[in-house]
Amino acid sequence: MGILDSKVPSGPLAEKWTKHKNKINLVNPANKRNIDIIVVGTGLAGGSAAATLAELGYNVKTFCYQDSPRRAHSIAAQGGINAAKNYQGDGDSAYRLFYDTIKGGDYRSREANVHRLAEESANIIDQCVAQGVPFARDYGGLLDNRSFGGVLVSRTFYAKGQTGQQLLLGAYSAMNRQINRGKIKPYNRHEMMDMVLVDGKARGIIARNLVTGEIERHSAHAVVLATGGYGNVFFLSTNAMGSNVMAAWRAHRRGAFFANPCFTQIHPTCIPVSGDHQSKLTLMSESLRNDGRIWVPKRIEDAQAIREGKLKPTQLKEEDRDYYLERRYPAFGNLVPRDVASRAAKERCDAGFGVNKTGEAVYLDFASAVQRYGKEEALTRGMKNADSKTITQLGKDIIEAKYGNLFQMYEKIVDENPYETPMMIYPAVHYTMGGLWVDYNLQTTIEGCYCAGEANFSDHGANRLGASALMQGLADGYFVLPYTIGDYLSNDIRTGAISTDSPEFEYAEKEVKDRINKLMSAKGQHSVDYYHKKLGKIMWDKCGMARNAQGLEEAIVEISALRADFWENVKIPGGTDGMNAELEKAGRVADFLELGELFAKDALTRQESCGGHFREEYQTEEGEALRDDENFKFVSAWEYKGEPKDAVLHKEDLVYENIELKTRSYK
Amino acid sequence: MKLNLKIWRQKDANTKGEMVDYTINGVEGDMSFLEMLDVLNEDLINKGKEPVQFDHDCREGICGSCSLQINGEPHGPDRLVTTCQLHMRKFNDGDTIVIEPFRATAFPVIKDLVVDRTAFDRIQQAGGYISVNTSGNTVDANATPIEKDKADDSFYAATCIGCGACVAACKNASAMLFTSAKVSQFALLPQGRVEATERVENMVRQMDLEGFGNCTNTGACEVECPKGISLENIARMNREYLSATVKG
Ligand SMILES: Cc1cc2nc3c(=O)[nH]c(=O)nc-3n(C[C@H](O)[C@H](O)[C@H](O)COP(=O)(O)OP(=O)(O)OC[C@H]3O[C@@H](n4cnc5c(N)ncnc54)[C@H](O)[C@@H]3O)c2cc1C
Ligand code: SF4
Ligand code: FES
Repeated sequence: MGILDSKVPSGPLAEKWTKHKNKINLVNPANKRNIDIIVVGTGLAGGSAAATLAELGYNVKTFCYQDSPRRAHSIAAQGGINAAKNYQGDGDSAYRLFYDTIKGGDYRSREANVHRLAEESANIIDQCVAQGVPFARDYGGLLDNRSFGGVLVSRTFYAKGQTGQQLLLGAYSAMNRQINRGKIKPYNRHEMMDMVLVDGKARGIIARNLVTGEIERHSAHAVVLATGGYGNVFFLSTNAMGSNVMAAWRAHRRGAFFANPCFTQIHPTCIPVSGDHQSKLTLMSESLRNDGRIWVPKRIEDAQAIREGKLKPTQLKEEDRDYYLERRYPAFGNLVPRDVASRAAKERCDAGFGVNKTGEAVYLDFASAVQRYGKEEALTRGMKNADSKTITQLGKDIIEAKYGNLFQMYEKIVDENPYETPMMIYPAVHYTMGGLWVDYNLQTTIEGCYCAGEANFSDHGANRLGASALMQGLADGYFVLPYTIGDYLSNDIRTGAISTDSPEFEYAEKEVKDRINKLMSAKGQHSVDYYHKKLGKIMWDKCGMARNAQGLEEAIVEISALRADFWENVKIPGGTDGMNAELEKAGRVADFLELGELFAKDALTRQESCGGHFREEYQTEEGEALRDDENFKFVSAWEYKGEPKDAVLHKEDLVYENIELKTRSYK
Repeated sequence: MKLNLKIWRQKDANTKGEMVDYTINGVEGDMSFLEMLDVLNEDLINKGKEPVQFDHDCREGICGSCSLQINGEPHGPDRLVTTCQLHMRKFNDGDTIVIEPFRATAFPVIKDLVVDRTAFDRIQQAGGYISVNTSGNTVDANATPIEKDKADDSFYAATCIGCGACVAACKNASAMLFTSAKVSQFALLPQGRVEATERVENMVRQMDLEGFGNCTNTGACEVECPKGISLENIARMNREYLSATVKG
């Protein structure tokens, strides 16, 4: 397909990866010492990649904008990580994980990549346990599992509601070992501002030291971007405040294609927005849907009374509640995938059944789980005639053991006790499935520039199933990239150190400095946040949970006007030589203002509904997403040509050799 | 709510800092403490002044970036929360709030409320890991069963977010709670036992090199720790250290 060569190996699906690994070029251990690799981003993807590349013998430099790699956004992941271990004996297998992921992604991901992910998944758990990641265990001392949306098996490994934290600390400890050995040189509080190409190959980056303000040149034989997702284009999201698109976008401007920018995941279980001053949204892990039941009142009068504070949810009788997910999707119930659950919540709230002041919230109720667990526990303890108070208490204890920290977090934010009254939740922007286009080797369309984790596009299609981002980040970093990058680097064993004195470095550095000066000299009247919030509102209203042609066309015009205004009128106090958070934000928002427009353009082009991309014009009579495989079974990969409006679309046709494309149904 | 803020302002590590007074209006109870500072900063920017610099990222109480000394307490008056999860409903109209950076010799101020906590990273680099190859071929994860209580205790130790509140709370600016949490996580797991001796020795040596003070068992660290890391970890580390030095 033209310039988009996916490099997917031939042969049967289940043998592709093994065959590929056997044929790949290797670098002799002695030569690895002469090769430098830059890894930008130290989340799960970057941290695991850096540690493993260093372990193999390469010289690695890592970059992150936080003061320590341990604080990367991955730390916040709550629910868990999938792996096809079939420890539960409930019928899981690599094939089933592959199938669930492809189906969950609404058939918009690449078969071979997803199968490789499923194959490597089991390996990840072994690796992490060996590193000392304290996963939850049962009383027999074995690993415990739970399930997540969109699947019918229990394959999610977890460490309470802090799985991302524990996995990241695992990767970070592996990094520490290599730092101690001198194989990784960490550059924390450093931001990649641009990528440097020499003879068309990625050969380094320009970074800003966020403490001193210095602009630095760093060279390497290859550059790995593991810089996370761009959900913050919406301003309000569950992402860490500093998450940004800058590194990926700078690479895009240098020639890396940007794939499926409009595929955004809206997560159904977040704490609802409370007011205008809000800076970010907090996720309540999807694992809560294992035990929590989702409902709104059946009667609109009841919903209204609840909103006005005249009625309490606990006063509403069972038969007056509408468990709309269980009603609409009997097979999967509360465990339908995120896109389905999100749209269903929006549908109920739009129809007037929302339960908080703004009318944008539904209930997540643990009352029946408390009773169920309480009774079970009473029986196991030999209490045949336990009274209801005891049962409730026992049940609450079990819920606390499972989700205690999430309940605590909810209480701190909302000031209500979720053990006594149902939680309120609403969908929020969470994860971006789009990202830099990569081939099977995780190389972008720039030679020598690789991309891993959430920053690339490859594995989740139009919707990501729960607990699979952590899996992808670690698979990419520990097990895929360290192999595939060797194939490329085997041609570099005689290159020698790359000089940073070349005209290419000089030129890129000058561009970065000019851009900073331009931002600083705008001397307008509005803060960076003013623009970011405006952009976020356009994105949420017109490119959010539901989109239509008219809204998207408006968004394109509005974003482009906002961008022009930003460059004229933004106000950044302080100087460039030293720490300046406003300047950091400004650089990131400037890139969001370009990405946002491309996002809308991509959504406009994709005239179908799939996964997280819901075009109102394309839906079934029952309000479900209506895919168009005939015309849109492709990855859209955008080539930079100046303004986002001039971006050129390339299509990678998605070939399904092993799976029959079906209408996604969770009924 | 209207609040009076006294905030530490310091241009950089080499410039002397000072407390500066600000007033802020329209603070709502469901704002987080950091959102309250966002509002202040927006106002400062609109007035052409430099906003107050503070560290933050996740705003979910998990990354450990946020680090404010609020009315003399790290992370403020509420228990078991980080600054980003502290909500303004804990304060009253007309209150005066003193906001300072975490203070400890080993945590030099970078700017305003931002301090350098990389000493923590160096302690972990000195040995806070299990020396296992990261490229696969490890044994099956269920091959070594781990007692649930042990696994849970290891997990609780591992939930330390590296925020440094324990150091800021301690009159000696000791890093014992942090270091002991890191040591404990591995000490409790079979995988970590093999190199336990070197680990505890190396980490403690690095902790001392970084200029943290001694532990005099005051327990302020446990009180202020947002993650409820318990003093038991310090006891465990002391045992580990003792047996390491006896062996050595
Ligand atoms: C609240 C929450 C809960 C989640 N729960 C789950 C879950 O239960 N299961 C699951 O599978 N997934 C979950 N996810 C998704 C998952 O956490 C992320 O997709 C994943 O961690 C991303 O990892 P990453 O390594 O690709 O990027 P990140 O962890 O985002 O790391 C990005 C890195 O890039 C660096 N960086 C970015 N830009 C620059 C730059 N310009 N210069 C230098 N450095 C830069 C950052 O400093 C950071 O180190 C959750 C996400 C959120 C927000
Ligand atoms: S022990 Fe507690 S206070 Fe100290 S760094 Fe860890 S989480 Fe913070
Ligand atoms: S900002 Fe992450 S813990 Fe407070």
